[in-house]
Amino acid sequence: MEVVNEVGQATVVTLDKQSSRAREFWKKWKKQKTAFWAGFFILFLVLVAIFGPVIAPYDPYEPNYDATLQTPSLAHWAGTDEYGRDILSRIIVGAGLSLGVSFTSVFVGAVIGTILGLCSGYYGGWIDRLIMRGSDVMFAFPDLLLAIAIVAILGPGLTNVVVAVAVFSIPSFARLIRGNTLAAKEAVFVEAARSMGAKSSRIIFRHIFPETVSSMIVFFSLRIGTSILAASSLSFLGLGAKPESPDWGAMLSMGRDYLATSPHVVMIPGLAIFLSVLAFNLVGDGLRDILDPKTKN
Amino acid sequence: MSENIIEVKHLQTQFTRDDRKTVVLDNVSFHIKKGEVLGLVGESGCGKSVTSLSIMRLFKDTTGEITQGEIVYNGTNLLSMSENDMRQIRGKEISMIFQEPMTSLNPVMKIGEQLAEAIRLHLGYSDKLAREHAVSMLTKVGIPRPKEILAEYPHQLSGGMRQRIMIAMAMSCRPNLLIADEPTTALDVTIQAQILDVMKQLQADEHMSMLLITHDLGVVAEMCNRVVVMYAGRVVEEASVYDLFDEPKHPYTKGLIGSVPKIGQKRDRLDSVPGNVPTPNNMPKGCKFAPRCKEAMSICWEQEPAIAGVGENRFCRCWLYDEEGRGANA
Repeated sequence: MEVVNEVGQATVVTLDKQSSRAREFWKKWKKQKTAFWAGFFILFLVLVAIFGPVIAPYDPYEPNYDATLQTPSLAHWAGTDEYGRDILSRIIVGAGLSLGVSFTSVFVGAVIGTILGLCSGYYGGWIDRLIMRGSDVMFAFPDLLLAIAIVAILGPGLTNVVVAVAVFSIPSFARLIRGNTLAAKEAVFVEAARSMGAKSSRIIFRHIFPETVSSMIVFFSLRIGTSILAASSLSFLGLGAKPESPDWGAMLSMGRDYLATSPHVVMIPGLAIFLSVLAFNLVGDGLRDILDPKTKN
Repeated sequence: MSENIIEVKHLQTQFTRDDRKTVVLDNVSFHIKKGEVLGLVGESGCGKSVTSLSIMRLFKDTTGEITQGEIVYNGTNLLSMSENDMRQIRGKEISMIFQEPMTSLNPVMKIGEQLAEAIRLHLGYSDKLAREHAVSMLTKVGIPRPKEILAEYPHQLSGGMRQRIMIAMAMSCRPNLLIADEPTTALDVTIQAQILDVMKQLQADEHMSMLLITHDLGVVAEMCNRVVVMYAGRVVEEASVYDLFDEPKHPYTKGLIGSVPKIGQKRDRLDSVPGNVPTPNNMPKGCKFAPRCKEAMSICWEQEPAIAGVGENRFCRCWLYDEEGRGANA
């Protein structure tokens, strides 16, 4: 009977502690006013991206030659493009493409970059020199130029855009995580784990990796903004999505011929890109303020 | 009883900085018998911790390397072992307790996970068995409500509790040798006494050997069978704990013991050994202790004395006890 009571109490205590940590995070998050609202906007974007094909009022691919280049109206809230396709529907469906491409590429870049950074920081020596000099070479290229070069080698297409953006995310992640690893591996608990006979792989993933997670989350959200921009730029240059697909960058590119006569064809996808990048950057800054121990008060 | 669990022979360890090699341990030799507690005493910077790291070969991420000597554990030389074999030794055969209980547990891992880590690794227990073993270890080191503690994080516990957990962790695979590197320095005095009691009890129960590194002579008197005194990376005196306190031979040991306040003695100022340990890069030519020694003679400045027997099971590195009496009348 007593044992049951003890166990029951213990569970309650643990639950309380967990929820209080979440509550503390929520409290701090609400104080970050701009990041808080930017977070809502991202949530909205994600929902739109998921349910895009269902909620789009028109077929984003279906041309309507009776209604080309219409300005915003009640029937077409964001107007139509040169083939009479509803711009709002294209933006909604395009959200899935843009977020999908940028999220996937940053995710791939983060995974590879983190592994490289952990190895570089932990093992040091020639492994460290090799990885860091490799990163330096990559940093010497302007990001976008590197991405263009990669797409030029692999050929145009969204998959290759993902590869290109992922590749130029790798060195930034590697360098960030290496720095955190260098700090974390000095901790006494790492030496204690080694003195208990733990393997290097276990020390890296169980003891050092968790120490790097919070700065990785911050950098991840900042990086998504950059990669939306990069993916759109590649599509704008005709290296990414096919011109007829509702990618925001591609829409911008198609619409630029009509900039003088129908500016909304360019303005609306441009605004979509601008707002999404801004939102991700604001959220990243807000997360940094909360998670970075250096700014903790 | 008389068999040695570990023998450190002529150990030399050096660190490299900006291409300059600094010898931190020079010709350090000692042994620990089975079931014996050996105290390693000396002031900060004399090489006590480097000795323990040398035994465990924990020099990763430092420039430290062992350049000479042997560390013979149960008949095998640890220095000629592969890193893989060495990992089997660490935690299972020889384990270690660190000075800082506040930082030697991973703050983002539950106590239970950290305890079970070594148990699963070395004893090959299943999750359930490892958990039961962890609970029994926590009970042994006197932790209340051990089952609940397993689900808690280090920040929820006090320093004394954390050090108990470190002891439980170090003892969980029943090591033959426990190296305790100033295990009670960071704790307050009442907790120190409790922790020492726990360690003494476990040491006696398991008939385990222990290397206790400390600069606290009170701890030495309470815990150890035999004592090795180190100064500037060298062993200067080795004696049983009774002999050492009754009749210290080396002037440094005399100074150390003299600096402990005694009950009933009324003094305004405690005795101390004047000066500091010389830095390894700036060692005096002769005896390393000569500049601080009250009894220094001319030969002490010229030539370093060798460690030599000065009675039964006693060794001392000092010209005062030189058999040929070279120093005595100089």
